[in-house]
Amino acid sequence: MSDTTFVPAPPLDYLHDGATLKSWLLTTDHKRIAILFGLSITFFFFIGAVAISIVRLELLTPAGDLVSDDTYNKMFTIHGIVMVWFFLIPSIPATFGNFLLPLMIGAKDLAFPRINLLSWYLYIGGAAFTVLTLILGGVDTGWTFYTPYSTMFSNSSVLTAAMGIFVVGFSSVLTGVNFIATTHMLRAPGMTWFRMPLFVWAMYATSLVMVLATPVLAMTLLLIMAERWFDLPIFDASRGGDPLLFQHLFWFYSHPAVYIMVLPAMGVASEILTCFARRRLFGYSFMVYALVAIAVIGFFVWGHHMFVSGQSAYANVVFSFLSFMVAVPSAIKVFNWTATLYRGSISFDAPMLYIFGFMGLFTIGGLTGLFLATVPIDIHVTDTYFVVAHFHYIMVGGSVSAFFGALHFWWPKITGKLYPERLARFAAITMFVGFNLTFFPQFVMGYLGMPRRYHVYPPEFQVYHVLSTCGAAVLGVAYILPLFYLIWSFRNGARASSNPWNAKGLEWQTPSPPPHENFLTPPIVEQPYDYQPADIAGGRDAR
Amino acid sequence: MSGFRYSLPEASHNAGQVDFAFAAVLSIALAIFITLLVLIIVFAVRYRRGAPASHAPLPKLLSREIEIGWTVATTFLAIFTFWWFVGGMGLPPRDAPNQLEIHVVAKQWMWKTQHPEGAREIDALHIPVNRQIRLVMTSQDVIHSFYVPAFRLKQDVLPVRSTELVFTPTELGTFHLFCAEYCGTQHSRMTGEITVMTAAGYRAWLHKQPHGDSLVREGENLFDKFGCGACHSTQSQVHAPKLDRVFGSVVVLQDGRQVRADEAYLKKSILDPRADIVAGYAPIMPAYGQYADAGDVEAIVAYLKTLPKQGGKP
Repeated sequence: MSDTTFVPAPPLDYLHDGATLKSWLLTTDHKRIAILFGLSITFFFFIGAVAISIVRLELLTPAGDLVSDDTYNKMFTIHGIVMVWFFLIPSIPATFGNFLLPLMIGAKDLAFPRINLLSWYLYIGGAAFTVLTLILGGVDTGWTFYTPYSTMFSNSSVLTAAMGIFVVGFSSVLTGVNFIATTHMLRAPGMTWFRMPLFVWAMYATSLVMVLATPVLAMTLLLIMAERWFDLPIFDASRGGDPLLFQHLFWFYSHPAVYIMVLPAMGVASEILTCFARRRLFGYSFMVYALVAIAVIGFFVWGHHMFVSGQSAYANVVFSFLSFMVAVPSAIKVFNWTATLYRGSISFDAPMLYIFGFMGLFTIGGLTGLFLATVPIDIHVTDTYFVVAHFHYIMVGGSVSAFFGALHFWWPKITGKLYPERLARFAAITMFVGFNLTFFPQFVMGYLGMPRRYHVYPPEFQVYHVLSTCGAAVLGVAYILPLFYLIWSFRNGARASSNPWNAKGLEWQTPSPPPHENFLTPPIVEQPYDYQPADIAGGRDAR
Repeated sequence: MSGFRYSLPEASHNAGQVDFAFAAVLSIALAIFITLLVLIIVFAVRYRRGAPASHAPLPKLLSREIEIGWTVATTFLAIFTFWWFVGGMGLPPRDAPNQLEIHVVAKQWMWKTQHPEGAREIDALHIPVNRQIRLVMTSQDVIHSFYVPAFRLKQDVLPVRSTELVFTPTELGTFHLFCAEYCGTQHSRMTGEITVMTAAGYRAWLHKQPHGDSLVREGENLFDKFGCGACHSTQSQVHAPKLDRVFGSVVVLQDGRQVRADEAYLKKSILDPRADIVAGYAPIMPAYGQYADAGDVEAIVAYLKTLPKQGGKP
């Protein structure tokens, strides 16, 4: 293809525009900040993974014979805290969002480049508290910090852990504000709202949730600290407080937080699916409305985490109804992705395999959400492994699959190098198999009554736990593989052209990796996903 | 590996309903999932790159109609599922006449149960089959959750507040009791056994138990021990609210609110008397949380519910 021959441009690409440590640590380039975030969250991903490996090894036998009960409790707690706040929430927005949002709308940078750098430093600040928590011996409250356990009974480092999350919350708020401002103010001429790629819409919807929900988490954590530190009886029922107040506040943030984790994945899926199916997105405007609907309704379903908490039966009915309603736009999205494949010209490169995985696993995660929205079923399965399996299907099967899809799809753009395709496909398939082996048995044992957060358990559940641990080992291999071949590719990989996938977004109209200013010539905005049926070259052969 | 569980007994009145709802939602979910899976596989094969197939765009009108069609259909299905399974099954069962009320106190990390006649158990509960049971539960410390998978029932147990679980066991046998709300170090050891017996077997079992005082009697003793009557009895010189027929009455508070004196109100008034001061009284009562544990408070409230006693105090 004629447009894929690489012409060395006069300005340096962003990776080589300054080589000192200072040029990285004081950068305001959104692409470099994305890399900083990418390295940081990878570090925490492996901390969270080590913690859960200890948990899964312990669960190989029903007796508590590997680690003590306190250690076990601290391991699943640190896994939850790290994976939620230091990996999943920043994962796609702070890395790919940061890198791609300005490129996709034809901007030179985010609206507030220095605030963007501040976001990363706040993340590092929060991360420091979390590492401090580990050094001080860890925290054992579960990632949910339920009161009064966390405020009056736990003898672990609740304060530093809460402080870490409190600080990292500001990082998400600032990223959200930055994305919203950027989307409103910096779109290139011709980039109207309904020409924006779904990924940009997803970032926009995610940012709204971050900005509106995260302050509630910050207040909740402050209240925990106030009760622990100053003995203010906020959640202590014997002195007029209310432990359920905590759950309402916590889930008012933490349910929308699920959408912070999954909306970006939906955006990624729409980009990759259209490119590898060579097809316009089916029902673009419905996809946009569905994203926004999920973000809005997501604020009104928190009570479905509390069906057995002692809240009124009528509240249960209302929250159940709203939870069924939030399932509708999610279902619409899956239908539209499926319909996008119709009459396409589909190739099965690694990013597409990850997105196929995402579609299947997200669908299972979403459909099992229906069981949990149904009050009588939820009463039985809440706080069992059924719930554990459900949210891992959404967050790991859905979001992490999409994260890896994005990593492979935009890898040539970010690094200017091609990754080894066969290894990548192997990793994608291994991840899918390992994931299902890990989490599907958890649905079964959950329905049979296996409670979550159990260090010792009745021997009748051992078979399921052994399967799950074997799956986790496979999953571990699938996560480590890309680490190695991507490092190899960064050093030794073949050079990537500006548009190796023959994709349509504006980010492909600039060299790989892009220069500091993003575009050498102003990009040309067309209809989104304008993939033509005849235009099927792309994929491997076009490189 | 001893044993392998692949099924769960349906041992209570509502277990069958829950399993039925589960099976029904599972069918709906499977129908959607299999349809999508088949479509994705068929499209992936038929429209793989290089395959001879049409790539013509869809007519805009058609795609719009499809879009509206499945949005409406999904909404309808969601409302229908909600209405069928939540509308019909979401509310607790009605009280039966010969209900058996058992008090449960949860604490780190054990379950204490007490039968109306006074028999007590730890990490165990014996109950008769086919008789409605009401568990009145409270926690001494953190939040716990009373979970019996065979009954498909779970209810969080909160400090100070009472929560209840009403159910009818329908199958004889021994079933797991789990704490399902994470409660600290030995959360996973906070387990017990529920034994469902025949009515005759339950009577025989009760007979063999060392008979402690009944809950009401225990409450009366505590009432005396703490000297509650010194202020609250009708003969007392101290200006304090009288407690005859207090349970279920409407109390006017200093700030003008009116509350019903239910179990929660009575408990709170023992543990945190200054929270809800009765109109016309001075806030002079000390908080009894430091003297009375959760079980004591349960007993005192059970006793207060029986007042006034025939010809007696207070």
